[in-house]
Amino acid sequence: MNGWGIVRGMWVTFRHFADTYLEDIRRGRRRYRTAEGIEQRRRSDVRGIVTVQYPEEKLPVPEEFRYLPFLVYDEGPNGEQNLRCTACGICAKACPPQCIWIVRGSDPVTGKPITAPAEFSIDIDICMNCGFCAEYCPFDAIKMDHDYEIASVNRTQQHIFNKQRLMRPASYYASIRPTNAAREEAARSAKASKKPAAEGSTN
Amino acid sequence: MNDSADALNTPRYDIPPELQQQVHLTTLERIYNWSRANSTWPMMFGLACCAIEMIATAAGRYDFSRFGMEVMRASPRQSDVMIVSGTVTKKMVPQIVRLYNQMSEPKYVIAMGACASGGGPFKEGYSVVAGVDKFLPVDVYIPGCPPTPQALLHGLMTLQRKISQEKLGEMRWYAKQPSEPIPVPLLGPDLIDPRKLPLIRKQAAHTGAEEEADE
Amino acid sequence: MSEHPLLDQQFPEWVQADARPGYGGWLVQAAHLNDVARWLRDQAGYDYLSSVTAVDYFPEDRMEVVYHLYRSTGGSALVLKVVTGREQAQVPSLTPLYPGAEFQEREVWDLLGVRFVGHPDLRRILLWEGFAGHPLRKDWREPFFEEEVKPFKSRWPEGHVRRAEDGNPYGDNLQYPPDFDPDSWQPQGEDALYAKFQRRADEGIHTDTMIVNLGPQHPSTHGVFRMVVQLEGETIVDLKPVMGYLHRNHEKIGERNTFLQNMPFTDRLDYTTSMANNFGYALAVEKLMGIQPPERAEYLRVMMAELTRIMTHLFSIGFLLNDLGAFFTPSLYAIQERELILDIFEAVSGSRMMCNYFRFGGVVRDLPEGVLEKVKELVLERLPRKIDEMDAYLTKNEIVRGRCEGVGVLTDAQAIALSASGPVLRASGVPYDVRRADPYSIYERFDFDVAVRYHGDIYDRYLLRLDEARQSLRILQQVLRDLPEGPVMNGKPQHLVRVPAGEAYGRVESPKGELGFYVVSNGKPNPLRYHVRAPSFINLTSLATMARGEKIADVVAVLGSIDIVLGEVDR
Repeated sequence: MNGWGIVRGMWVTFRHFADTYLEDIRRGRRRYRTAEGIEQRRRSDVRGIVTVQYPEEKLPVPEEFRYLPFLVYDEGPNGEQNLRCTACGICAKACPPQCIWIVRGSDPVTGKPITAPAEFSIDIDICMNCGFCAEYCPFDAIKMDHDYEIASVNRTQQHIFNKQRLMRPASYYASIRPTNAAREEAARSAKASKKPAAEGSTN
Repeated sequence: MNDSADALNTPRYDIPPELQQQVHLTTLERIYNWSRANSTWPMMFGLACCAIEMIATAAGRYDFSRFGMEVMRASPRQSDVMIVSGTVTKKMVPQIVRLYNQMSEPKYVIAMGACASGGGPFKEGYSVVAGVDKFLPVDVYIPGCPPTPQALLHGLMTLQRKISQEKLGEMRWYAKQPSEPIPVPLLGPDLIDPRKLPLIRKQAAHTGAEEEADE
Repeated sequence: MSEHPLLDQQFPEWVQADARPGYGGWLVQAAHLNDVARWLRDQAGYDYLSSVTAVDYFPEDRMEVVYHLYRSTGGSALVLKVVTGREQAQVPSLTPLYPGAEFQEREVWDLLGVRFVGHPDLRRILLWEGFAGHPLRKDWREPFFEEEVKPFKSRWPEGHVRRAEDGNPYGDNLQYPPDFDPDSWQPQGEDALYAKFQRRADEGIHTDTMIVNLGPQHPSTHGVFRMVVQLEGETIVDLKPVMGYLHRNHEKIGERNTFLQNMPFTDRLDYTTSMANNFGYALAVEKLMGIQPPERAEYLRVMMAELTRIMTHLFSIGFLLNDLGAFFTPSLYAIQERELILDIFEAVSGSRMMCNYFRFGGVVRDLPEGVLEKVKELVLERLPRKIDEMDAYLTKNEIVRGRCEGVGVLTDAQAIALSASGPVLRASGVPYDVRRADPYSIYERFDFDVAVRYHGDIYDRYLLRLDEARQSLRILQQVLRDLPEGPVMNGKPQHLVRVPAGEAYGRVESPKGELGFYVVSNGKPNPLRYHVRAPSFINLTSLATMARGEKIADVVAVLGSIDIVLGEVDR
């Protein structure tokens, strides 16, 4: 019991302390408020300060990051918004806490069900961000958003997202998940080009 | 941070350009709210999964001491904001209400995550309170399961904005009458909220009448 | 490793094999359970009672209590079952033979209403005294009950949003028995709890002991946990843990869910080790389905599980030091490393904590671009250095040694009897690690040592976590060396899986100890029974033994060294 262990331990803390300044001097101004600096602070060889100064700096989220779901729509040439959702109900069935509510649309004339949702609601106070809806959607119509800055002061009015609130354009989806969007796009066009060929062969 | 500082420095008088960095004109209300907003001490009080994200927010990478919030107090008497970080269960809610009653005013509540806001994925369970706002007045709701540290920081900034817009004259803690504590619920066959007693009595009479009708 | 004894030959009158298809183990007559268990413990070496649970076969009048027993030298489980009726359900308690059954039997009584005759302290454990009913019984319905099983029909195609509160007469998650009269009702309070403390005999100079409640809101209890401590001066005479403040009905919800829907719920058990929880549940269901994940998925699973172990062990060391009073610096260093590992989890699975990464027959996706390089940098370069730094920082610190050495001792015999597992068991000198004792996944291929320490005090539990983190690095290095190419999922991903009828128990060595999932299927899309053998919960059985005779200030450190996470304790 001579206190030598404590001194050795304090040396570790001192090195951490000294590194803060040495690293700032070494990297200079590039260390803060630059994309390069943020990236450097989360690399495995980081020393010194690791703080990311939200909100001035934001840590970029990875492509697979999931927060709340949204509905993807394709933009038509005349600005129409064509939801990809066909109201098949797979997401509502797969959802573990059962927070997705879908009213299947019906044809205004015949009253028969059509492949589009009349209403689509998600209670975000129940949603557990698991991503099953996006994973099992066969039409790439529901995806997980990256937007996490949605704190609010009133939940009864704002926390059940309706169809309007959930809709996002396909271009937005492609901007947050470029790799996934490109892969799904390729699969869809491959399928589309296969279909007429198959029909042609049967004729 | 910046917008609260801007809010502080928007007087009704023009400050000559040469004095702009030296003279600050503000109202008592603004400077009072500004100082409160930038020193909200949270209570050291973790409930569930979200508490781990709250710890991560307090730690090196996100570091909410930049917002004057690093002083996490274990005693409700010394804290200004209760971050309800996780699922509120029926067994725990009497303690939460009691802690809230013990906090000195002005006091705020943040419901962090889906569970604290509205029961979350566990809402259907038999011993989960469907949202802490059934008992406490919640100021900010942060969706997410769990909210990432940056989402929590966004929620804390939302609270700061809310504080800096408050009017001294309207705040309930400066009213003449002392504010009433929230009645602490009891644990019976199920959770018994004293405020719901009339409803429970009515319901009991109702089922009793039904049974008699059956006979 | 010897085979299990044939109990029906040993005890032909009392025991018969469970011959239902998909089931295994032995059906024991309730009256002779104690004799069979005593023979198993004393003659056959089954000294470790791992899990106690029960299954309700409503509408049949049949309740089965299920026991999983092991030899502490290794090997697979021997399963005992005792059948009783649903009304007046009761079986003899095994607590006198295996003290580790104490809390688990209380849990079965609390949630399923099986009375254990001879249990020393049969009170409710997760709910409170006075709660109406036993919620895991199949005919018990919660206030927000909608349908027996998911998916609920009201969600599609006519899914008009309706908050669950709107359908309840109280506008909240509440229900009362029909004869409940709030005016004549008296709260039951906690007299039953306090009555369990032995009061001092009234002779000589009268000095009474004092009872102190720590928690549920206390900075040292790692969440909402409560310890009721009986003190003689500053010395602990007795201690009773009180839990259930985070009881989130995991098992009831799990039995309404489909099999896959439980996967993200397992993340929320021990929310610091979600990958390990996924692992255990996937193993249990894969056993039932009889499928194997592809090679690459196996390696990815091990990689994630071992990264989780390093992360959790560092985190728990940091918080142990917090409890000792080294306020925040060690835990800040630990969280810095944790963040780097969480970055990997986030890139791979999409979420920092609630990974939901495993699927039956594989994992959800392959490593995205650039992640493998990050893992390599961490495992080969940074983490070894940082673990050494933690070692240099704390291990020789005289204050840490003074506070930890010889405090909170649990001997090897006690640890086995109390069903402790994980670091608590191994720090007491029992080299029992599920990865070696009953290997699962591909752990047989890796070269690593089971870390073990022999003093059973707080200091050894701390050292053992460092040792284990180093061994995990060894495994990770081999994973990185051997990681094959190929698919990560067998078959097409499906949200509704076909699970044949039967029972399965999947267990993994989670960072906290032996994490087991007991799943019973009746061939339908939802499990008939879904039970979690939670290591944090069962390790708490030994808390009182460790704390007795220590000072009140040390109980905080003892609790920190067990490293509980309340999501798993209370479920």
